Amino acid sequence: MQNEFLFAGFGGQGVMFAGQLLAYAAMDAGLEVTWIPSYGPEMRGGTAHCIVVVSDKAIGSPIVRQPTIAIIFNNPSFIKYAPQVKSEGILIFNETLISARTDRSDITTLAVPATQMAEKLGNTRLTNVLLLGAALRAVPVIPVEAVRGALETHLPARHRDLLPLNLQALEAGVSYRMPTSVTP
Amino acid sequence: MSRTLLKGNVAIAEAAVRAGLQAYFGYPITPQTELLEYLASRMVELDRVFLQAESEVAAINMVYGAACSGVRAMTSSSSPGFSLMQEGLSYIAASDVPCVVVDVMRGGPGLGNIQPSQADYFQVTRSAGHGDYHPIVLAPASVQEAIDFTTLAFELAERYRHLVILAADGQIGQMMEPAELPPMQSARETRPEWALSGANGRKKNVITSLHMQPEDEEAFNQKIQRRLAKIRQVEQRSVEYWTNDAELLVIGYGTAGRIAYTAVERAREMGMKVGLLRPQTLWPFPEERISELADEIQSCLVVEMNAGQMIEDVRLATSGQVPIEFFGRMGGMIPMPDEILNAIEASYARITRPVAHHANGVRG
Amino acid sequence: MVTLIEDVPATMQVVYQRPESLSCVSTHYCPGCTHGIAHRLLAEALDELGLRDRTILVAPVGCSVFAYNYFEVDGCEAAHGRAPAMATGLKRVQPDRIVVTYQGDGDLVSIGAAEILHAAARGENITTIFVNNAVYGMTGGQMAPTTLLGQKTTSSPFGRNVSSSGYPIRMSELLSQLDGTAYIVRRSLHDVAHIRKAKKAIVTALKAQMHGLGFSMVELLSSCPTNWGIPADQALNWIAENMLPYYPVGDYKVHPEVTTL
Repeated sequence: MQNEFLFAGFGGQGVMFAGQLLAYAAMDAGLEVTWIPSYGPEMRGGTAHCIVVVSDKAIGSPIVRQPTIAIIFNNPSFIKYAPQVKSEGILIFNETLISARTDRSDITTLAVPATQMAEKLGNTRLTNVLLLGAALRAVPVIPVEAVRGALETHLPARHRDLLPLNLQALEAGVSYRMPTSVTP
Repeated sequence: MSRTLLKGNVAIAEAAVRAGLQAYFGYPITPQTELLEYLASRMVELDRVFLQAESEVAAINMVYGAACSGVRAMTSSSSPGFSLMQEGLSYIAASDVPCVVVDVMRGGPGLGNIQPSQADYFQVTRSAGHGDYHPIVLAPASVQEAIDFTTLAFELAERYRHLVILAADGQIGQMMEPAELPPMQSARETRPEWALSGANGRKKNVITSLHMQPEDEEAFNQKIQRRLAKIRQVEQRSVEYWTNDAELLVIGYGTAGRIAYTAVERAREMGMKVGLLRPQTLWPFPEERISELADEIQSCLVVEMNAGQMIEDVRLATSGQVPIEFFGRMGGMIPMPDEILNAIEASYARITRPVAHHANGVRG
Repeated sequence: MVTLIEDVPATMQVVYQRPESLSCVSTHYCPGCTHGIAHRLLAEALDELGLRDRTILVAPVGCSVFAYNYFEVDGCEAAHGRAPAMATGLKRVQPDRIVVTYQGDGDLVSIGAAEILHAAARGENITTIFVNNAVYGMTGGQMAPTTLLGQKTTSSPFGRNVSSSGYPIRMSELLSQLDGTAYIVRRSLHDVAHIRKAKKAIVTALKAQMHGLGFSMVELLSSCPTNWGIPADQALNWIAENMLPYYPVGDYKVHPEVTTL
C-alpha cells in the first residue's frame, strides 16, 4: 500500500518540517518513505512544497504527479494543487487562510480551521503539526504515537520549548471532527 | 542495524567521513551546499581538514595537493562548479593519485538552474578534463546507494590509484530517505610509499603529469589505458528488474532510472513484457550485460534527464541489434512516471513480432 | 658534466660545494638566467635550516616547470597558477612539513592571482619564492603582468602601453596589505650584494613557516636575457636600471615575531 502526501504552503509555515515529521514517523513505524522538497527561489517566500511517499515496499519514483493526499496551507497552493489531487484522494486544507474552494466531487475535501485552532493554543506556528494530525486522522497510515515520538526526537533545538505545545497541537489535529465534505 | 532519515547530500558527507575522509575542500553551489555545510562542522569535530576554497578551481587543486600526500581527500560541486574543476581533474588523473569528486548535477548549460539534471553525462564519462582517460563514474539512485557508492568510491580510487566521480543529481542530493550508514573508519595513519611527505631516509618522491618526450607520454598513456581496460573488465555494475522475459528493455540511471522503475512496474501490471536495467557505473558502462540482453530483447528505451547522452553507449553495447528509442526531460525537469509509461507503451507498440515465430512461441 | 670529488685531501679545504638539497644534475635554464641562482639560494637555505628531508616543493608552469628535478626534496607539478592551492592541500594535511611554492610572474601574478591572494589572506603557512623577470619565459617572451611600461615583448611589439594593457602589478606591495601575511619582501639577483640579501630573506621566510607565523613570500627580481634579447651581463644591468625603480627592493611586511627569529 502506497500513500503519496503533498504538503504545500508559504515558506515559513513549517511545510517542510511537517513532511519531515511524517517521514521520521513512517521510518520509525518500519515503513519505506521518501521526502523530497521543492528547493530554490521558492524557499524565500512564495510557495514551498514537499512530497512524502509512504509505502510498505521499496519506493520507485519519489515524485508524483497526482498525490493521494494533499495538505494545503495557503490560498495560492490550494489553487495550484487542488486540481492535481488524485481521483478518490483527500484534500485537507487550512480553512483559516484559504478562501478558495474546489468543485471537484471525485475527492474528499476536508476543511480544518488550523491557524485559528493554533492561535487558541497560543502560537500560529503550530498550524503545520495540527494539519498533520488532522491528515493522520483522515488517513491513518501511521500510528499517531510514531509522530509523537518523531516530534520528541526531531523538533529543532531552538524550538525545544515548544514541544508540549506541539504535542497538544498534534492531539488537537487528530481529534478534530471534520465536516466530511465542504461544498463549494 | 538502525536506519536514519538522511538527506542525500548529508548522507554522502557522513559516508565520506566514515570512509576515513581526511581532507575536504569545497565551494558553495546549489544543490550540493549541504554537503559542504555538514562537513564544515563534522570535519572540525574530528580534527580533520575542512577548508572552504576561494573557487572550485582552487578547491580541486587543494584536493590534488592533499591527495598527493596520500590521504583520503574529496571535493564536491554541481555542474557549473564541476566544469571549473576540469583542469584539476585531468592533472589528478595524470598523476595516479586517488581522489573522489562528487557532482550533484543541475540544469544547464550555462548557469542553467538549480533543479535536478543528468546533463553532465558526457562530461563525467567522456573526459572530465583534457586528455585520454575516463574517470570511474558511480551513479546512485537512492540515499542508501549514495552512501554505499561513497564508500566504494574511496575503495576504487585507492585500488586503481584513479579518479572516481560520484555523479548524483539534485534530487538525490536534496531527497531524504531512511538509510543505513557504515561503521566509522578512523583516518588512516600510514601513508602510501609514493606519497609526498618529505624525503626522509628514502629517495625523493615526485608527482608530475609532465612528460616532455612524446615516447614517455605515450608510455604513460598506455599505462592508463591498461588500467582502464582492467577497470572495464571487472567494475561494470548495474541492477536489473523484470529482464528475464523482457521484450522491451528500459535503461536509465540515477533518479531517471528510479522513476522508470515505477513506470516499468506499472507496464508489467498492464501485461507488457518490459524490463529495466539501471546502470550503477556510468564508466565503465555496463556494456557486457546490455550486450547479452540485446540478444533477448526486441527493443530498447533509454530514459534520462538530458537530451539522450547515454544513447551512444547503449548503441555501442547493443551493436545495432535492436532499435533504440529515447525519452528524456531537460533543463531541470524531472520525468514523471506516467510520461515514461506513455513512452514505454509507444515503444512497446512499435515492436514488430514475426507472426510465424509467434505462433510457435519462439522469439525472433 | 658534473664531477664529484668524493675524498677531499687533508691539505685542502672545501669552501664551496653543491648543497645537499640541490640535485646533482644540469638544469635546462638558458645562459645568464638567474633561476639557477634562485635555486641554489633556496637549496642552501633548506640545508642550513635542516629542512631537506621534510620539505615538499610545488613547481609551477613556466620556465621552472622542472624545478622538482633540481631539488633533492619531494616535489610535484601544479597546474598553471595553482601552486598555492596545491600547497594548501599538502600543508593542511601535514602541517609539520615545510611546503614551498616556486612561481614565476605569469604563473603567480596573472593566471594564479586568485590562488596566491587567498593563500596569503588565509595566512596559509607556506613559503613562496616568486621569480619576477617581467616576461613570460617558457612560451617565448610574451608580455607578463609585471612587464614594464614601454617594454617590448613578442605580444607587446610596440612596447607595453597603458591604454591597452594597464599598469604592471607590484605583487609584494599588494600582498603586504593582507593580514594573513607574515613576511613579504622583494630582493634582487642582479649583483652579489643583492644575492646575499636574497639568501638571508629566503632563510627568514622559511623560519617564519617553521614557526607557524603565516604566509611568507620572497620576490626575486630576475633576468631573462633570452627573451629580453640582450647579453647576459647587460641583462643584470637591465634589472638594476629598469626593474629596480619600478619594483624597489625592500621589506613590505614583517610580522613582529619574524624580527625575533
